[in-house]
Amino acid sequence: MTDDRGARTPIEEGRAHAEDPRMPLEGGPGGRMPTEQSAGSEQPDVPLQAQWRRALRRFLRHRVAMASLTIFAVIAIASFLAGWIAPYSYEEIDLQNRSSPPTLEAYHFFGTDKVGRDYFSRVLFGTQTSVQVALLVALLSTVIGTILGAVSGYYRGIVDNALMRLVDLVITVPFLAVVLVAASYLGSGSPVKIAIILGLVMWTTIARIVRGQSLSLREAEYVQAARVSGAGDLRIMFRHIVPNTMGPIIVNATLVVAQAILLESTLSFLGFGIEPPTPALGKLIADGQGSMLDQWWLVVMPGLVIVTLSLTINFIGDGLRDALDPSTSGRG
Amino acid sequence: MADPLLSVRDLVTEFRSEGEGTVRAVNQVSFDVQPGETVGLVGESGSGKSVTMMSILGLVNQSNGRVVDGQAMFEGRDLLSLPDDEIRALRGGDLAMIFQDPMTSLNPVLTVGKQIAEAILTHQDISKAQARARTVELLSKVGVANPEGRYDDYPHEFSGGMRQRAMIAMAMANRPRLLIADEPTTALDVTVQAQVLGLLREAKDQANASTILITHDLGLVAEMADRVVVMYGGRVVEIGSVEDIFHEPRHPYTVGLLASLPRLEGDPERLQPIPGQPPSLAHLPGGCVFHPRCFLRQGREVCRREEPDLYSIEDPHNPRGSRCHFHEELSRRASGGAPARDAGVEGRDA
Repeated sequence: MTDDRGARTPIEEGRAHAEDPRMPLEGGPGGRMPTEQSAGSEQPDVPLQAQWRRALRRFLRHRVAMASLTIFAVIAIASFLAGWIAPYSYEEIDLQNRSSPPTLEAYHFFGTDKVGRDYFSRVLFGTQTSVQVALLVALLSTVIGTILGAVSGYYRGIVDNALMRLVDLVITVPFLAVVLVAASYLGSGSPVKIAIILGLVMWTTIARIVRGQSLSLREAEYVQAARVSGAGDLRIMFRHIVPNTMGPIIVNATLVVAQAILLESTLSFLGFGIEPPTPALGKLIADGQGSMLDQWWLVVMPGLVIVTLSLTINFIGDGLRDALDPSTSGRG
Repeated sequence: MADPLLSVRDLVTEFRSEGEGTVRAVNQVSFDVQPGETVGLVGESGSGKSVTMMSILGLVNQSNGRVVDGQAMFEGRDLLSLPDDEIRALRGGDLAMIFQDPMTSLNPVLTVGKQIAEAILTHQDISKAQARARTVELLSKVGVANPEGRYDDYPHEFSGGMRQRAMIAMAMANRPRLLIADEPTTALDVTVQAQVLGLLREAKDQANASTILITHDLGLVAEMADRVVVMYGGRVVEIGSVEDIFHEPRHPYTVGLLASLPRLEGDPERLQPIPGQPPSLAHLPGGCVFHPRCFLRQGREVCRREEPDLYSIEDPHNPRGSRCHFHEELSRRASGGAPARDAGVEGRDA
């Protein structure tokens, strides 16, 4: 289905001369000079790059993204500190307060379940598991996707065709079914296992993005220049092409975190995710759904956390996209 | 005469393209570059200048291209048939290249210093600190003020002229034997052009490197080159010393190129263009590729039928050649004053 060679000009001569319209991080048509100069900086290794600094400034000014980042950070940090913050451990039973609705009394902020376990603590520990899994998934899928995408776009031809058909295959195969089968065969349970399973199916988007970038960047003059100065394929791919696609890669990695949280919750809800007693957000909802009508907090509280996490991450992703790609937003 | 440093013989390069079939971008190109010599490679866009260089550097296969035939002897080795790793060792080492647009030929996310140091480290077995020192030295040699501090600057913190200086520094980093400059000054403004040219000449003299200067700027050629290779439609149409080419062009295309330059005498308001358009390489005219635009043809059939060889023109001092059936006529015309200033219109009959 995809044969991109048709879109390419036969005579590449003109191309090397054509101005590359997609220097991803440059300020604008004029390539504005940065206001600050790092000229006098002493440290020999990379000072904070001006482009990144500019992107950072744009991001800091993005209100929704900043608010989202704050909320996400608070939730994530709190969950990682669950061991210290949580008023109870996730298994501790408070027989006095079974099925208590959210209350300040005895610190049951999110209420308790039927057997009297503190729901705030359980949600906190569950969030920890979910966020851990999600970050791991993002890391794994980004690494896989970036490597395969870069190779695919750089070598084109047969390699590209093979890899992209693999991508098509992974995308077409019913996602949930595969993950469920894999989870049940590999044995559900440990967060790392779940993360690997999810990571192995979620790299396709990033692979396609990096491939596209790499297809066009391989023709960029600085890549030609690197080639002419004797750089090998690996050096060109991972030192010249990939760093220039960092913007889209980062944005996508962020969005993968959100997706992974939802998916991990789905898996846990269906019983193929994290093994009890380790709490996970999806598992909490699954356990609570039976008594949802009279004990709403059992479903609403973890649900709220899931929604908040995925929403804030998506907003952060939007903010990053705007910050890293000046053409989509007003001047920073 | 000494052995040439680079000797290109019958180079043919083709590109595969969907729809157009196979396109022959470079056809039967031959020329020599002597040690220490500067050769100007002249022609309009699409005449095959850059593809010729890319073929020599072994880079056309990166883009659907293929060297079909020919030889490029460089110090006893045929560049066109070298295995990948050997040609790569030459690229950036003995063979260096400067690109047209300094704005886009430096990687925006790496510091300028790092990119130069990287070029050094690829070819020389020295420590990073030594590479850094050498880079700083090179930067100062090409006239970058405060090279120590500028090492850590990113390309966007350099002006256009500075970037071109950095590119020159990078090209000279490994003391190349042959320097290929692809329109090195086209993207620069005039004052900077002069500086960069001076620098280029200096760098080349210091390293005693031969230079191939790809350009469509005849003024630049007159200034810099010893010999000129004129290309049209993927072929070498004329070749000769810079004096010969400028004083007595023996191919109608060269005549047209020279006539289209602005001049002080005559009517300075009007330029003399070559009539018609450069041909598409996919649909080259039969016979002589230049005949539809040629003022010299005057309806003669042979131009449409037969592709002329690169005739060698008798000249004891400077061997030269022209790919025109009737180059003799230009010799007579040239003696009668400025040739063909008014002859342009006739070319439209095809």
